Amino acid sequence: MSQNFLDQFLFVALPYVCLFTFFLMTIYRYRMQSFSYSSLSSQFLENKHHFWAVVPFHYGILVVTAGHLVAFAIPRSILAWNSHPLRLYVLEVSALIFGLMTLIGLVGVIVRRLTHSKIRTVTSPTDWVLFAMLLVQAASGIAIALFYPWGSSWFASNLSPYLWSIFKLSPDVTYVAAMPHLVKLHIVLAFVTIGFFPFTRLVHLLVIPNPYLWRKPQVVRWYGTRSKI
Amino acid sequence: MNIRSQVSMVFHLDKCIGCHTCSVACKNVWTDRKGAEYMWWNNVETKPGTGYPTKWEDQEKYKGGWESNGNGKLKIKSTGKMKIIPNIFHNPHMPSIDDYYEPWTYDYQNLFNAPEGTDQPTAVPVSMIDGEKIDVQAGPNWDDDLGGSPIYAEHDPNLQGLSEQQRLQLSSVERLVFFYLPRICNHCLNACCVASCPSGALYKRGEDGIVLIDQKKCRAWRSCVSACPYKKTYFNWFTGKSEKCILCFPRLETGQAPACFHSCVGRIRYLGVLLYDADRIEEVAKLPDDELVEGQRSLVLDPHDPAVIAQAKRNGIADGVIEAAQRSPVYKFVMKWKIALPPHIEFRTLPMLFYVPPMSPVQASKPEDTIQHVSDNLFHDIDDSRVPMKFLANLFGAGHEGGVRYALRKQKAVRWHRRAETVGDVDRETADRMLREADTTREEADAIYELTSLCTFEDRFVIPPMHREQAIEMMKEPHEHREETGFGFVGGPQRGL
Repeated sequence: MSQNFLDQFLFVALPYVCLFTFFLMTIYRYRMQSFSYSSLSSQFLENKHHFWAVVPFHYGILVVTAGHLVAFAIPRSILAWNSHPLRLYVLEVSALIFGLMTLIGLVGVIVRRLTHSKIRTVTSPTDWVLFAMLLVQAASGIAIALFYPWGSSWFASNLSPYLWSIFKLSPDVTYVAAMPHLVKLHIVLAFVTIGFFPFTRLVHLLVIPNPYLWRKPQVVRWYGTRSKI
Repeated sequence: MNIRSQVSMVFHLDKCIGCHTCSVACKNVWTDRKGAEYMWWNNVETKPGTGYPTKWEDQEKYKGGWESNGNGKLKIKSTGKMKIIPNIFHNPHMPSIDDYYEPWTYDYQNLFNAPEGTDQPTAVPVSMIDGEKIDVQAGPNWDDDLGGSPIYAEHDPNLQGLSEQQRLQLSSVERLVFFYLPRICNHCLNACCVASCPSGALYKRGEDGIVLIDQKKCRAWRSCVSACPYKKTYFNWFTGKSEKCILCFPRLETGQAPACFHSCVGRIRYLGVLLYDADRIEEVAKLPDDELVEGQRSLVLDPHDPAVIAQAKRNGIADGVIEAAQRSPVYKFVMKWKIALPPHIEFRTLPMLFYVPPMSPVQASKPEDTIQHVSDNLFHDIDDSRVPMKFLANLFGAGHEGGVRYALRKQKAVRWHRRAETVGDVDRETADRMLREADTTREEADAIYELTSLCTFEDRFVIPPMHREQAIEMMKEPHEHREETGFGFVGGPQRGL
């Protein structure tokens, strides 16, 4: 009974609280403090180690996160892809490589921020909490890939329905309840990170500059409609 | 034709005394804040010298500005359009704080708190970034008045193309020479910082052409810092936003000259409106190097021409602005007299700050030791000045000497004409011949003299009426505007977490 209660709390209540916080607070912060939406780059203060830490981390985490999203969105296609062992290996190995890139990059980021005193001054307590969470998340993700193989398949078959049930507002924890503890940790931490997201520098993810590729090079702003003056 | 107005500037280098009052005025008003300590929106450099940030003119190093490639397209050298995608996490050409300098203060408390000892306590320098003690190695103006020439002056990128002898001449004690180059944002027509901003946070104000960074839209992608070839956009390491010279627009809007202009001791700064044709910007920015200076001048339109006035009105330029353009001192220096030139036009951003190139003493060691001002060539000392023509041409003519020589000859003719008028030791005939050879007249020479030497505030700063509130009122019911405009910053701008 208590196990069931814990599952209900961790995989139903918590996700909803976190998702609600995420949407409410990102919008609130954007409207009230859009000045604070910044990637807060520290490249200016330290330009050498920056490349070796930040670049692998970003490429790694972007691909890994995108992979999770794809498996969540189109689980059947992933399963179909994985039906052939070779294709399964290719997918798993490349996912692992990007996972390792994330972890190595993240360790680089943390070491860089610890060792350069200038960078330390622009690292807030929130940043340290965030780095710790991401570190555990990346490490647990890699551990899962190593100890519970073929995650791309079982994620698509077992976890995707759970995530969909959350979004369809009829949560079903049957699949999750049977998962090993490591996987549970990974799921819970993922939701906590989403809930923590609006209070961190992660918000820069929401303002990635997509219109740049289409807009005209020069930007001109007028007080009002020009022809009316 | 699409006519726009641009608040433009002229710095008369022949009058600059290098006192840095402009820099201090700007610093006190705008950049005396955490994260902005290292920024000098206005700075004064000694030339020859490497400047601030170090060697900013060397685009092999910084990749600033535009390049015009073979197939007639303009490209941002650093990270434009597609190149931003792989480089957004780490900007490959971004200068770091070491290229500027690490700002510092002194531990003054130590003077009071030091324990009793045998030595006088000192105030040691501490970094304004992390508070650690630092060994100060460089500052924003470390090479002022040629200090440390072997490290700085000799590495001036403008020395390219100078002969070994000319270089030696610049550094030998009896012949050395320097002049000052005050710099602010050029508020370019083809601003590279604007074009490079992935967020679209940088923009040019339509009414007056001032280039600004929307602090609420800047997301610290840092492209503008790399893209600006003049290195006049700065990254605030604390707020995570880029900042730049705003041409003191709150002052301009109330009819006052920008702080650096207002405080200029040598009265070298002029500010006024230029009307230009915005449709031709791209076409001009693509011209070959040697046509750029003339090309940029061809963009600027005559504010007295009835056709231009009519079109300007159709394009929504207020009568007051047109009238200000007609009285603009910048128009006189740049267009009428053609003695003010844009800095490093080869960066292709079409800067709207123009410099009157400085006169310099003639070389002391000539074959015959006396300088003959009655020689056939009355302008011989222009070519024999201590600052090699090629050096000035690298700065103000994309390497081409014609425009610089023209400006210097005219300035010299003005001097001789005034000498003939006031001192009388130059005969009138020679002075007139010089005026003729320098492509000018007595009237024009007097006008140049007056605007150079006798200029009042009103002569130097013809600030167009901006009446921002009235402009809004003309278009919209004020209450309606008030309802739509929002609260601005709620609780003040705060660094993100």
